Amino acid sequence: MTCCAPSVEFADVMTDRRRAKSDEILLASRDLGEGLRQTDLSVPTIHCGGCIQKIEKTLDALPGVEQARVNLSAKRVTIRWRADGTPPPLLESLSRIGYEAHLYDAVTDSKDDTVAKLVRALAVAGFAASNIMLLSVSIWSGAEPATRDLFHWMSALIALPAVAYCGRIFFGSAWQSLRHGQTNMDVPISIGVLFAFGLSLYETLNRGPHAYFDAAITLLFFLLIGRTLDHMMREKARVAVKGLARLTARGALILQPDGTQIYLPLDEIGPGMTILLTAGERVPVDCRVLKGQSDIDCSLVSGESIPQTAGAGSLLQAGTLNLTGPLTIVATAAAKDSFLAEMIRMMEAAESGRSTYRRIADRASRLYAPVVHVAAVATFIGWVAATGDVHRALIIAIAVLIITCPCALGLAVPMVQVVAARRLFEQGIMLKDGGALERLAEVETVVFDKTGTLTLGEPRLVDGSVIDPDALGLAAAIASHSQHPYSRALVAAHRGPVCTPNSMTSVSEYPGSGLEACIGATVHRLGRPEWALADGEAPQSVPDMATIALSKNGRCLATFRLVDRLRSGVHEAVAALAVYGLAVEVLSGDREQPVRQLASALGVPHHSPVSPADKANHIASIEASGRKVLMVGDGLNDAPALVAAHASMAPASAADVGRNAADLVFLRESLLSVPQAVTVARNARRLVRENLIIAVGYNAVAMPVAILGYVTPLIAAVAMSLSSLIVVANALRLNDGHRNRRKDDSRTSNLSSRQFALEDGQ
Amino acid sequence: MTDFFYLIPLALVLGAAGLAAFLWSLKSGQYEDLEGAAERILSNEDDKPIVNGRQPNSSPETGDKSAKN
Repeated sequence: MTCCAPSVEFADVMTDRRRAKSDEILLASRDLGEGLRQTDLSVPTIHCGGCIQKIEKTLDALPGVEQARVNLSAKRVTIRWRADGTPPPLLESLSRIGYEAHLYDAVTDSKDDTVAKLVRALAVAGFAASNIMLLSVSIWSGAEPATRDLFHWMSALIALPAVAYCGRIFFGSAWQSLRHGQTNMDVPISIGVLFAFGLSLYETLNRGPHAYFDAAITLLFFLLIGRTLDHMMREKARVAVKGLARLTARGALILQPDGTQIYLPLDEIGPGMTILLTAGERVPVDCRVLKGQSDIDCSLVSGESIPQTAGAGSLLQAGTLNLTGPLTIVATAAAKDSFLAEMIRMMEAAESGRSTYRRIADRASRLYAPVVHVAAVATFIGWVAATGDVHRALIIAIAVLIITCPCALGLAVPMVQVVAARRLFEQGIMLKDGGALERLAEVETVVFDKTGTLTLGEPRLVDGSVIDPDALGLAAAIASHSQHPYSRALVAAHRGPVCTPNSMTSVSEYPGSGLEACIGATVHRLGRPEWALADGEAPQSVPDMATIALSKNGRCLATFRLVDRLRSGVHEAVAALAVYGLAVEVLSGDREQPVRQLASALGVPHHSPVSPADKANHIASIEASGRKVLMVGDGLNDAPALVAAHASMAPASAADVGRNAADLVFLRESLLSVPQAVTVARNARRLVRENLIIAVGYNAVAMPVAILGYVTPLIAAVAMSLSSLIVVANALRLNDGHRNRRKDDSRTSNLSSRQFALEDGQ
Repeated sequence: MTDFFYLIPLALVLGAAGLAAFLWSLKSGQYEDLEGAAERILSNEDDKPIVNGRQPNSSPETGDKSAKN
């Protein structure tokens, strides 16, 4: 191989790469009809009005683009383009003006319009509640019977459609749960609202003095506020997680038997197909290498931190990253039989093995609903027995139902979770599910994965200061031509601009070995010591530290040692978790030695190497011994363990499956996110308990009053609103002491965008 | 007292108008990008939002665009 040959190959690779990219855009786009297609891009670095203009102008100017529209809040761009011909070079144009972008899967994003539905219901409930309340106030102030009846009729007319429209969210869920023989919070809510409305309608028809239309609709209004905020917060977190770059291949460039190339989506790739895989792409399916030499990064799949070399005949697992050279591979399994699919099956198995968690609100309502309903029935029987007046007994029994309708109880949990989710969001932690917060507060053991979780899966130069700066500068200049993680680490370690010597005529990459640069008449090599150095010069290799040598005509100029970089805040995080009384363990798929080193530095027990199935089994066995586990992991091999654990967290750099399976995703680099999340979860648990006590206390006072028949619509309205407000105010206490901490937060802020835009096989 | 009853339907109509306006603004995607809307007020260009699933009337759009370029 001559010096020039690889550069020709490189040009080829670039065209292939571009081709694959534009095919990928086509694959991910949505057909709008009339020859238009829509593509959504996630651009994490959009941050101001200037960005909007710059991006829209650049994209609008591209041929074929009909309209480009930036969404600043979601940090996304929606582009509509004419479907004739190839897709416009969207990603390249954006990267030219300095924005790293990746495709956003709007297609798989099943349009969740729950939030819109809730907001509409909330608006209608607000309108109805305010108007009915106005009419009710005049009734309470002592309107004449004729006016009162008129106002009752008007309230009924407003309340009927409003209760039907806003109430169906609760009625539907209550009916579902009753059909399965269970109760949830929506059952007492629905019963209370329906009885209040029915009784009021009956009273209106009979010109009675008391109607509870305002109570019924205000109750719905308050509960909808809580539910809407809850959904909005979770949606925001989900969108943020979805906006992260995809780390699995969407498809692959297939070499057909007749020599033509075609880009096929992942699920159409079958065993035996020949795939052209460029450097920087992820392996789409399990396969065998036919031709080519490269380094493979397995960290996301198996947890091994050191890249493996691959040559003809090597077997590759789906999801690994091809680092340095183009490979021709032949698929050995379809996507549905690949490693990833196997992980998903194991996740399902782990899911079914895990005991189902009942949310606090559901457990509370399971105790609460029967008590309230029995009390109402007993009141009815008691009044009939005491007075014989069935009508009056019925009214009082329904008043009991209305006053105990769990408004405060229904808000007690969601309001705390909304405030908690918001706080976590500000700290860069995305909470995807409110139940996870409750589970997180219960954990007693925290299990960490190593590669990618405790470490960044990114090598870093050791002892950079003792290395000759000139040698480092030269190494960085050569390394800047490669995408290999070691090369990037060298470039990063070299402070100041990389200046390439003018006499450097060519740089070529030998996958699996290193880089070779011709400077004038001398040949410099940067790479494996055995390859770069002439015989007998190989330095003492340190186990589990990658060693790289820079040589001039075979003579050693410098050696560089690299280790996997530790995430910031690891020691502090482990210490903080210990303060909470949590046991910490490391569970890794990497080789024993590096794991032991790290674990003993942290002073925690470790298990390695562990297969994905054993990880899940290990978690299950800890759970079986009665300790609840928080699993923190990022790799594909951690996914089953994430599901098996009581609660789970994943960093933003995790494999897609893991990110989707985890309850919480943290976007910042620092591992301190883990103790922060535990703190918030524990505070939230305390406030939820307080709220439940307040709500039950309110009922303990209100119920005797109602049973004795002293409740009027006015008392019901005041008591219910007051209890709800107290609960909401208590939930807001979670923000106490928060403002002082904000300064610290902003220092470590928003690493996510820069860090993770780099992925997606640039 | 009864002389002021005409105020009640008036209040209801005004309230309903407000509700309708809110529902319309929700449907036309005005809450999709609140931060973006705050920034766009500073730009001179007249732009239209992309509403999901619906095609903005494309003829004035393309005319606008060719004028811009």
